[in-house]
Amino acid sequence: MYVYDEYDQAIVDQRVNQFRGQTARFLAGQLSDAEFLPLRLQNGLYIQRLAPMLRIAVPYGLLNSTKLRKLAEITRVFDKGYAHVSTRQNIQLNWPRLEEVPDILAELATVQMHAIQTSGNCIRNTTTDQYAGVATDELEDPRPYCEIIRQWSTLHPEFAFLPRKFKIAVCGSREDRAAIYAHDIGIELVANASGEIGCRILAGGGLGRTPVIGSVVCDWLDKKHLLTYLEAILRVYNQNGRRDNKFKARIKILVKAMGVDAFREAVEQEWAAIKDGPATLTEEEIARAKSFFTDPAYLTLDDTAARAGLAQQLGAEPIFGNWVRRNTVEHRVPGYRIVNISLKATGFAPGDITDRQLELVADLADRYAFGEVRSTHQQNLVLADVQMDQLYPLWQELQAAGLATPNLGYLTDIICCPGGDYCSLANAKSIPVAEAIQARFEDLDYLYDLGPIELNISGCMNACGHHHIGHIGILGVDKKGQEFYQVSLGGSQAKDASIGKILGPSFSQSAMPDVIDRILGTYLDLRQEEEVFLDTYRRVGIEPFKERVYAKAD
Amino acid sequence: MPKLIKRGQIVDDPWQRVDPDANANATGEHQILSLEQWLQLPEKSGRAVQLEPGQAPSPLFEHLDQIPLVAVYFPVFTDGRGFSYGRELREHGYKGELRASGHFLREQLSYLHRCGFDAFLMEDEPSLEEALPRLADFSEYYQASIDQPLPLFRRRG
Repeated sequence: MYVYDEYDQAIVDQRVNQFRGQTARFLAGQLSDAEFLPLRLQNGLYIQRLAPMLRIAVPYGLLNSTKLRKLAEITRVFDKGYAHVSTRQNIQLNWPRLEEVPDILAELATVQMHAIQTSGNCIRNTTTDQYAGVATDELEDPRPYCEIIRQWSTLHPEFAFLPRKFKIAVCGSREDRAAIYAHDIGIELVANASGEIGCRILAGGGLGRTPVIGSVVCDWLDKKHLLTYLEAILRVYNQNGRRDNKFKARIKILVKAMGVDAFREAVEQEWAAIKDGPATLTEEEIARAKSFFTDPAYLTLDDTAARAGLAQQLGAEPIFGNWVRRNTVEHRVPGYRIVNISLKATGFAPGDITDRQLELVADLADRYAFGEVRSTHQQNLVLADVQMDQLYPLWQELQAAGLATPNLGYLTDIICCPGGDYCSLANAKSIPVAEAIQARFEDLDYLYDLGPIELNISGCMNACGHHHIGHIGILGVDKKGQEFYQVSLGGSQAKDASIGKILGPSFSQSAMPDVIDRILGTYLDLRQEEEVFLDTYRRVGIEPFKERVYAKAD
Repeated sequence: MPKLIKRGQIVDDPWQRVDPDANANATGEHQILSLEQWLQLPEKSGRAVQLEPGQAPSPLFEHLDQIPLVAVYFPVFTDGRGFSYGRELREHGYKGELRASGHFLREQLSYLHRCGFDAFLMEDEPSLEEALPRLADFSEYYQASIDQPLPLFRRRG
């Protein structure tokens, strides 16, 4: 994990001081609401329906036990004893007091954390694969490049007042677990014809009101040019992105309006002026970034023996077996597995975690996983490096704390924004819909029979719950003051990314479990052999689903 | 005479905006012209110009060593196009006064300064004395910028 030196610490500390002054000026009436707004947003602070909301940055989802303990303490001292993992791998507090936010930021700075640019019209937290560095299908670890981008984008003087928010994701594996096609800029580490790894750069993807799949602007870029090239894209966007209409201000609209070829040309022109300049990455800097993401002290383990031992335990205890099969993933190092901690237990808001659970996960990380924890854009946590023969005791402790729901990647592993319960942008509540669906489809045998299904819920157009790229997407809409829900099918966040298609007229909240039931019933009737939901949908199209869902009762 | 922050000092501002509808040839010294007026001038040497959002600085590039002052106007503090204009002007070698004018906040002074601005005419600022120290909110930066052309990674010990 990246460790601050005196420069990083000075920058974060000075930012806390700056925001302390801004908050004091606001509270003294010297800054208007409109003036304070972008300043507080760029420090992660929203003013919400019930209280402010503070979004704490978790750069590319990487945490450790020290940070988790500090977060637990902050939720106890300054909030209501729980936190929420967001779909950008960040951590949100729902009940901080405005006047205490500078103190919270000062506490975060003591463990090398901050809330810089977690909101506002600026470059947001860079996200990546939650299995970075341990995945079996990885070409190269994306985290050093994420850290290089984090530093470049942090307090960038030119790009703090963009037309709209700007999100970057990096992926270094065959399977795309970072949804790079749904980002303003997506970066994929790829090999060129001679086998050298560089960056494929996508631009103009995004969700929100107008979902768009990103376009390739550069097929292969030498890594040393990464920052100057990003700078060129941002410069074209900052100068030419629309500022007259907030709903048309994202880079995806600019790329569409210019056409990707003209956009690329404009970028290349800007790039020519700064290419090979001082911002060109040095080999030393790339090596320095890489030096923070080296292997922990893995033991040399006998993989065959470890697998045999695990198989025995799986047979002896089926509940444990379920969890291992659903919530753990192959690790590139023999004898190890990746463990997902599900924050999707029925009866709890998806992604919520209490202070005690945070502390428990910190302890478990120290004992079982080299002290490291990751947050995922599916709103779960990950212990990346667990010995196979330690899975059983780990599972027992997770199980006792309600953190072992074996539903990863299944219907009830719902991605869900905070929605109308908390968020002042929302048109409708999203958490009660998630909870009703989780309660209705709690039966694990049924879930496993359904196979992998991603169900994503957003409480409004802003699409924080990524509803467009859910296999099943649910969007809260407001109709004359009443909350309704629009359903879409066939979205995907993988490399075969697609935007879901709207099923038809929207439904009331109470109808939603039945609607989902009919969609699932259609799939079960039509699927062939081992076909997963998305493949059945792609084969048969939306019509059979539509017919069944909207069929009149006899 | 109005005051502004220039090169870290609070000083009198001898410059004035010209009525944008006036005939460019009838204007004189210490007058800041609109881009349209400035473009019409047959002799541009010594004449100042103001850019509005949407007016990229490229038409100025071939005259940069003749221009004593470029003002970049911020109609609202959230319109960040001027940050890129300032930086591009400096990157193309502009050495004269680069002035931010209009409706921006003291909270933005350090970023503007890093983008190459050295003068600040602040229409909404009640106290330039209080605003002045905000040019130095940060002692360290990660990125390459005009005031520090080397990014931090080329300077770390």
